[in-house]
Amino acid sequence: MTRITIDPITRIEGHLRIDCEVDDGKVTKAWSSGQMWRGIELILKDRDPRDAWIFTQRICGVCTTVHAITSVRAVENALGLEVPLNAQYIRNMIVAAHGIHDHIVHFYQLAALDWVDIVSALKGDPEGAAKLGASLSDYKANSVPNIRAVRDKLQTFVDSGQLGVFASGYWGHPAMKLPPDVNLLAATHYMQALEVQRLANKIVTVLGSKTPHIQNLAVGGVANAINPNSQSTLTIERLYAIKAWIDELGDFVHNAMMNDVAAVGALYADWTQIGAGVTNYLTVPDLPLDTKGTQFELPGGYIPGDLAKFQPITSYQDAFFRDGVKEAVKHSWYEYSGDAAALHPYVGQTNPKYDDFNDDGKYSWIKSPTFLDKRAQVGPLANVLGMYAAGHEPTKRHLTKVIEVASKVAGSQIPLTALHSTIGRIAARAVRCAVLHEALQNQWRLLVDNIAKGDDRTFNRPTFPKGEIRGFGYHEAPRGVLSHWVVIKDGKIENYQAVVPSTWNAGPRDQNDEPGPYEASLIDTPVADPNLPLEVLRTVHSFDPCIACAVHMVDAEKRPIVQVKAM
Amino acid sequence: MEASIASVLVLGLGNILMSDEGVGVRIVEALDASHALSDEVESLDGGTSGMELLDLVADRDCLIVADAVNADGPAGRVIRLENDQIRALFETKFSPHQLGLSDLLAALRLIGKAPRRVVVIGVVPENLKLGLELSPAAAGGRDAAVVMIVDELTRLGKAPKRRLQ
Repeated sequence: MTRITIDPITRIEGHLRIDCEVDDGKVTKAWSSGQMWRGIELILKDRDPRDAWIFTQRICGVCTTVHAITSVRAVENALGLEVPLNAQYIRNMIVAAHGIHDHIVHFYQLAALDWVDIVSALKGDPEGAAKLGASLSDYKANSVPNIRAVRDKLQTFVDSGQLGVFASGYWGHPAMKLPPDVNLLAATHYMQALEVQRLANKIVTVLGSKTPHIQNLAVGGVANAINPNSQSTLTIERLYAIKAWIDELGDFVHNAMMNDVAAVGALYADWTQIGAGVTNYLTVPDLPLDTKGTQFELPGGYIPGDLAKFQPITSYQDAFFRDGVKEAVKHSWYEYSGDAAALHPYVGQTNPKYDDFNDDGKYSWIKSPTFLDKRAQVGPLANVLGMYAAGHEPTKRHLTKVIEVASKVAGSQIPLTALHSTIGRIAARAVRCAVLHEALQNQWRLLVDNIAKGDDRTFNRPTFPKGEIRGFGYHEAPRGVLSHWVVIKDGKIENYQAVVPSTWNAGPRDQNDEPGPYEASLIDTPVADPNLPLEVLRTVHSFDPCIACAVHMVDAEKRPIVQVKAM
Repeated sequence: MEASIASVLVLGLGNILMSDEGVGVRIVEALDASHALSDEVESLDGGTSGMELLDLVADRDCLIVADAVNADGPAGRVIRLENDQIRALFETKFSPHQLGLSDLLAALRLIGKAPRRVVVIGVVPENLKLGLELSPAAAGGRDAAVVMIVDELTRLGKAPKRRLQ
């Protein structure tokens, strides 16, 4: 037996360590461990609830915006405060643009290099790659000169010995299977994605006043002043600049990204049989269309293993969601006072109790969330399956299209059940990106139409009562369900808990010793070479890992990151 | 060569929730509080972001990064690194999935929009405990780093003006 320890899996998103036992070329046991303590709850205690979002957006370097939005939603929920329509639309556009940015960067800059061999792309033929591109869509940037220019640029990089981001890929690994022309087309889109993702970020910057930390939020609305004729506010000119960026983003998402994902899925069809893990899925509705949060552009709910048993979550007051969430710490480096095996976030505790990494005991700083006392997978796959089960038309249309293109490339019909897999998580992220893009267009139209009606309200002032109130806010973030839970006493924060997407997926075994989604999905993953565990990374990266405790310190010490021990 | 530097970004990095880990952000805050930057110089609190910064760093001639560094020496020590020294420092041998500053710069090089000159002003932290305050050592490092950045900008012909306290 061999034991593989990968630490850290990522750098900027905090420390995630994965341990696997490999027997006979397959993973037989896995542990997912967050290596950094997150203590935002302690920093927020006794602070003004109106300021909480400013601190929560510092939890994570990737998900700044989502923690800000969810925090104001939680405080508004506690107050029963309605949010003006303009503010909802502006927030919706920010989260949709942020999600599109995140998904493009994940697929091309984070996940693609697990599947696409950049060195092999150099052997690709620009004419062959262009022909392949033309057979999938009429994307204008798939021209022979464009593709040749990318290949020449990559060649220059390789020749200069300064591979940069490509320096440490798994080039030539036996699990890399795409033909050179496909690698070249994907590499071309990799380069284009670096430019295109900037457009999504510009939308967030203009609406949020600043990135990476948006400045325009407030409990009760947004701080953007709307005046169609004033230069210092959200003007018609700015709104039309945003419209142009949205259109350009759409060209890339619908005509390049969707097809790349379909082609990768088809040519790695064996990976539709790997990595399912936990198949209870949790997703929440998002992009509210009214002031109270009872109607949403994107539906959500819970799938207990079977799509036919989908149960919708329908409002910001939804008791099914509110009462269903708990967190266990049996295998986490915390202790609960009292004898509860798992606690609801309103009464959640953050009492650290660190010992060592114990395979059968405590081994992670991440808690183990459960829904209705069961493990649940969150993220784009949960979201797409939930929206599909709810009958959401754009989701059905984009999902059908991806499966059609993949089936055409594979030469055989791919079933919907193929989504319960490592490849399925990647495909679902592209589908969600296309759905979000359509939603972003809709939200833009709704905002412009509402302003045209003469409505310029963006803020309702909150007032805090004496005594104790409680609230929760949720958001379908790029990595899945994010919820913040706040208890406010006499206008000050008494308790605050954030149950973050990667906690759902990366959490250790729960109070019943049931493994979390990362851990369960790794079982039976083939590993060709324990020293280069590309297959393990493929599955972990398919979740888009982000441990919400970002640390950025530049590390001058070099140390081996994969450790392999024979046991 | 110095004269050809037109635009400069002073970028503070770090997590302010973890005391000295956030010293880079605190350096930029202190610089903004004590000095008015010249027109071609911008400052930015980058937090712990990676790729979100691509659009903001793209097309700058010079990037000055303030950050916490894990280096030899006592807490609060300030070090200055430039161009090739930075590349060596950032070199990792593992994964293409670590989109920190080094990969942000590599991505910018790929699209031809990387800064020609990169300087890191780093402070050795004393502790990374939960909390918003810097340790006394890191606070001293912060002040020394501000002086170094002002010198850096002055050498580029873009001296900031000291604000009246």
